[in-house]
Amino acid sequence: MIARRLAVAGPLLGLLLACTFFALQSPRFLTGANLSLVLQQVMVVGVLAIGQTLVILTGGIDLACGMIMALGSITMSMLAVKHGWHPAVAIAGGMGVTTIAGMINGLLVTRIKLPPFIVTLGTMNIAFAVTQLVSRAQTFTDLPPLLTWLGQSVRVGNTPIAFGALAMLLLYGLAFVLLRETAAGRHVYAVGNNLEAARLAGINTNRLLLSVYMLSGLCAGVAALLSIARTGVGDPQSGQTENLDTVTAVVLGGTSLFGGRGIVVGSLVGALIVGVFRNGLTLMGVSSVYQILVTGVLVILAVATDQWSRKS
Amino acid sequence: MSDPTAPMVLEARGLVKCYGHVTALDGADFEVRAGEIMAVIGDNGAGKSSLIKALSGATIPDSGEIWLDGARVHFTGPSDARRAGIETVYQDLALAPAMSIAENLFLGREQRRSGLAGSLLRLLDRTRMEREAAEHLQRLGIGIRSITQAVETLSGGQRQGIAVARSAAFARHVVILDEPTAALGVKESGMVLDLITRVRDRGLSVILISHNMPHVFQLADRIHIQRLGRRAALVRTNEIGMADAVAVMTGAVEWTATLQPKAV
Repeated sequence: MIARRLAVAGPLLGLLLACTFFALQSPRFLTGANLSLVLQQVMVVGVLAIGQTLVILTGGIDLACGMIMALGSITMSMLAVKHGWHPAVAIAGGMGVTTIAGMINGLLVTRIKLPPFIVTLGTMNIAFAVTQLVSRAQTFTDLPPLLTWLGQSVRVGNTPIAFGALAMLLLYGLAFVLLRETAAGRHVYAVGNNLEAARLAGINTNRLLLSVYMLSGLCAGVAALLSIARTGVGDPQSGQTENLDTVTAVVLGGTSLFGGRGIVVGSLVGALIVGVFRNGLTLMGVSSVYQILVTGVLVILAVATDQWSRKS
Repeated sequence: MSDPTAPMVLEARGLVKCYGHVTALDGADFEVRAGEIMAVIGDNGAGKSSLIKALSGATIPDSGEIWLDGARVHFTGPSDARRAGIETVYQDLALAPAMSIAENLFLGREQRRSGLAGSLLRLLDRTRMEREAAEHLQRLGIGIRSITQAVETLSGGQRQGIAVARSAAFARHVVILDEPTAALGVKESGMVLDLITRVRDRGLSVILISHNMPHVFQLADRIHIQRLGRRAALVRTNEIGMADAVAVMTGAVEWTATLQPKAV
């Protein structure tokens, strides 16, 4: 019971501690402008982490989500710029491509019965290569305004809040309700808890797993749009740090890598912890190499806590 | 004790199932009447689990007939049997450890809210499921502190209790229990045995597969002895002794009326 509460409160406590620490180190940290910057910096990882949470809850892992996102953002920007499609259709096309990529992951996991780690390790490389081939490793600029609209912000008082960040919060709200209040959401936990039990209870586990991987693909599509909106370009090199940062965010958020336990909102907290560390260390003038180092230490700490709490 | 004139609930005639060259079921018959506990005993390889799988829809027999409540049935999967009112508790429990007792009871059969919240938004009615789960456990005499506690916080006996309660909650005709006391200590076994009796007393038929002869003789109204893919004997528990049952099971003696009366 204590362990379960710790899994919920721990990440929030960690985030608060990190914020307190950086607020004491730099007067600029706790300003509205800086915090909204943090939010804007985590929105891509945050949305990807929703899909990652779903997959990890079922006991799987999606190592390809960042690369699928890059494929999506290239598809969107190419369709709009190079082929002159209506931007709305281009966006839909990009999201379609990422959802199909997720579906391929799901089919390989459910039909061919390959381990998710291996499947997504393969599709990660494939998605990366396809992205480079299709785009000829070129960045697309001069995008139509609709593609970057989510990068605009609304002012709340003096603080600008990006539409993309609001979209991320909305998606977390949706995912929270889906996982907690619908049968399909509870089945995600059941599959991660005991796949055989779920199957014997009459749950179509293959269909459920397939939809989870497709949803992860769809999240990559939304993240692709957010990534374009944040940087203003369609970049074939995007998604590489985000790819594993999603796993970090999910784990830091208290979701068990063994599946079946966790809360999706925790992944938002996890993504914010990583974002706050990166931002705070930058404000303190610490080199980005140390930021990566700190992220690595945090992940190991989080997984160790997970294992320890499961034993007790 | 069961009533010999009670209506037949589940009946199988001449079931055959082959796996390659191995004949698991060789014309097996089976029956269970309303409100009785039928124990199924047999040596390893006698075809016990093939018989149970055929009755619970987990395998499709090559030939033979299954009748439920007077009508011929053809199960093509476990969900067919479940829909027909036959629930099975598997040996490996089939519970989701990190989920609550209420969620486990309703797993795969969740109830949605009434109105648009349920039909359009497909939202769950947690309050109702938790209330019904608590009432059901109470009726079966299972004492649980909180219906929302995770199954993994329960003892082995309590977990088995939850699994049996789930099947009793949804079964309309038959509950099949596969080695329900195999992993339990003496006290916990006693608790589960009491529970099985209460399930029977609620009017359900119980099929009990067990290697534990004292438990079989304590609970069962009749015993189905499976041997070499067939029913070697079908006896009332008070008409046979434990030693004779084991002798028939292993093939040391043929079942005849001369073994009567009970030699205890």
